[in-house]
Amino acid sequence: MANGYQNVQEDVMAKAVKEGAIAGIIAFLMFLVFVGIETYQDINNQLVWRTRWGLLAVFVIVAAVGRFLTVGFIKPHLDKRKLAKAKTGILEVSEEKSFFHKHFLKIALVFLLCYPFLAMMIFGRQGSLKYVDNFGIQILIYVMLAWGLNIVVGLAGLLDLGYVAFYAVGAYSYALLSAHFGFSFWLLLPMAGILAALWGIILGFPVLRLRGDYLAIVTLAFGEIIRLVLINWTDVTRGTFGISGIAKATFFGIWSFDTGTANNFAKVWGLPASSVYYKMFLFYIILALCMLTAYVTIRLRRMPIGRAWEALREDEIACRSLGINTVATKLTAFATGAMFGGFAGSFFAARQGFVSPESFVFLESAVILAIVVLGGMGSLTGIAIAAVVMVGGTELLREMEFLKHVFGPDFTPELYRMLLFGLAMIIVMLFKPRGFVGTREPTAFLRTRKAVSGSFTKEGHG
Amino acid sequence: MEYFIQQLANGLTLGSIYGLVAIGYTMVYGIIGMINFAHGDIFMLGGFAALIVFLILTTFFAGIPVALALLLMLVIAMLMTGLWNWTIERIAYRPLRGSFRLAPLITAIGMSIVLSNFIQVTQGPRNKPIPPLVTDVYHIGNITISLKQILIVVITSILLFAFWYIVNKTPLGRAQRATEQDRKMAALLGVDVDRTISITFIMGAALAAVAGTMYLMYYGVASFNDGFIPGVKAFTAAVLGGIGSLPGAVLGGLLIGLIESLWSAYFSIAYKDVATFAILAIVLIFKPTGILGRPEVEKV
Repeated sequence: MANGYQNVQEDVMAKAVKEGAIAGIIAFLMFLVFVGIETYQDINNQLVWRTRWGLLAVFVIVAAVGRFLTVGFIKPHLDKRKLAKAKTGILEVSEEKSFFHKHFLKIALVFLLCYPFLAMMIFGRQGSLKYVDNFGIQILIYVMLAWGLNIVVGLAGLLDLGYVAFYAVGAYSYALLSAHFGFSFWLLLPMAGILAALWGIILGFPVLRLRGDYLAIVTLAFGEIIRLVLINWTDVTRGTFGISGIAKATFFGIWSFDTGTANNFAKVWGLPASSVYYKMFLFYIILALCMLTAYVTIRLRRMPIGRAWEALREDEIACRSLGINTVATKLTAFATGAMFGGFAGSFFAARQGFVSPESFVFLESAVILAIVVLGGMGSLTGIAIAAVVMVGGTELLREMEFLKHVFGPDFTPELYRMLLFGLAMIIVMLFKPRGFVGTREPTAFLRTRKAVSGSFTKEGHG
Repeated sequence: MEYFIQQLANGLTLGSIYGLVAIGYTMVYGIIGMINFAHGDIFMLGGFAALIVFLILTTFFAGIPVALALLLMLVIAMLMTGLWNWTIERIAYRPLRGSFRLAPLITAIGMSIVLSNFIQVTQGPRNKPIPPLVTDVYHIGNITISLKQILIVVITSILLFAFWYIVNKTPLGRAQRATEQDRKMAALLGVDVDRTISITFIMGAALAAVAGTMYLMYYGVASFNDGFIPGVKAFTAAVLGGIGSLPGAVLGGLLIGLIESLWSAYFSIAYKDVATFAILAIVLIFKPTGILGRPEVEKV
């Protein structure tokens, strides 16, 4: 018996060594050209090359050792655990939830409300700027965009790869209308939302008949068209130079955040001048906008239109046979999603004070969609967690100054930001294809609400 | 008229390149129903492999004949990207094959980001120019046709024929078509589905590498973000021709190439991409299955 066990062990080891060696050879061939050889321009601007065998060796060793460990140790360990779990015969049902689990949303909300003040207390006025702006506002913008897209993708099941177009519409509406007519932020915020919703209907109308991947590619095309028009329509949009000097948001016209004005916020309250107040103010605006998005989503899911969206996602033909107006249902989903994109866009313009087509590339759409899917489509909490992890994680990389001491002064962590973002997308999908929050809580239920596994729904939060 | 023919020639050249990339999209979509978003970056990778091979060749064998250099570039780029696409399929797509529809799409988008940033990090963000490989030009009346244009069209035609032969006349092609029609049934009848899908990815990548090499030869420059716009256009071509259909992909590629060059010639260069995307939208709205695509039957 023991002998047989040993044989199995040896087999696993032999297999691991073999697989590791194969992985090493494949990695060597794959990276030989791209890593082993570096091309660069010399002083005469001519393309020349040099070898980087050391780096290539690192890549090969990492691949070989990684594969060896996976086959030899990690996989048998996981299999053993799975087997042990199956033997107990107990299904995983989480009945008792911890205090933190139960009150997660409340705790998160309280934390977010205190966050700017906490940051200011810990890091001081100027020090907190980075934390409120780069982490707080940046992440919340993505949370809002992802929640907006979630209505289209997660609830209605319409795959939209051009969501950033509505974000752009919102941002340019604010930039142009405030520059030409001098409207205030609070007037333009709803206007940008309405304009974006209008564009959602205009772009949504022709693609109503399309499904799935075709819809994805047409929305991608529309997103690109809007970006190209923004680049080329230089009379209005100033092309790639973008529009700068966009008016700041004011505290409902009572206090202004422009320096030198009589009703400057810091002056009125006798505080030392700093740009941190504006950032804190923006933080609360975007937080409120996020809450609005979440509230609308949660309410709509319980209303006939929300139910129709989810029904449409699960089965379009059944929907039509039951008398649901699929045209109206799809258009409202598009318009609602676009409206939140427009809100986020006008907020973005007010925050940056500068918009250019550079901010609205396809990559942004992909990032937003990735956040929605990685979070577990339809689950607001999951999406928020995904936004914090993905956006916050890549922002964190900017801060990693200590890496310069490890890898030398030439090392710039920002360069690896998108590379790591892409890798994270792949790895999370491979291990959790249903996203961070894998369970679904239906809105329609018999007597008690029970969470169901995500695999029972077609794609969203059924 | 001469101007028109000139633009026609330019459009056909560009269209051949798009067509080659489009085949990769259409085959993968046909066989596993997934938009391989990273395919455009595989095309870019092929161009880079060719560029590096070219640099090495010119340092070690200065007087190498152009034809031989080009052949070596093509072969090594094809092998290289084939290996890459095989690995990518194994790591990022195969584990998710039974999963829900969006999962492989997300890993493909992630892979696209990874590939372009990988090249940016390892080879630098600047454009990489190479000296022109083929410089001969022919004049017919007022029309100028360069040797590289002829080369591109000829190589594309040869490859297309070879490809058509593989898909339609060999056991491998039969396995591919069977897998495309019904994966489960094909597996029951003894087709090694996993292997067939892997080979499809390798073939698509090899064609993309050829396209990448010719793109490099045509424009004389390579850049890490070259994958996105040609990739989207090639996908547009695949959809335009009817996704899943091989002749459709080539036809779509040629049409996109022609539209692009004629639009730039007669209307405005700035809006040439807008024209391409607008045509894609219009075709899909009025004929969602594309030009040569089979209509999808909805089963309840």
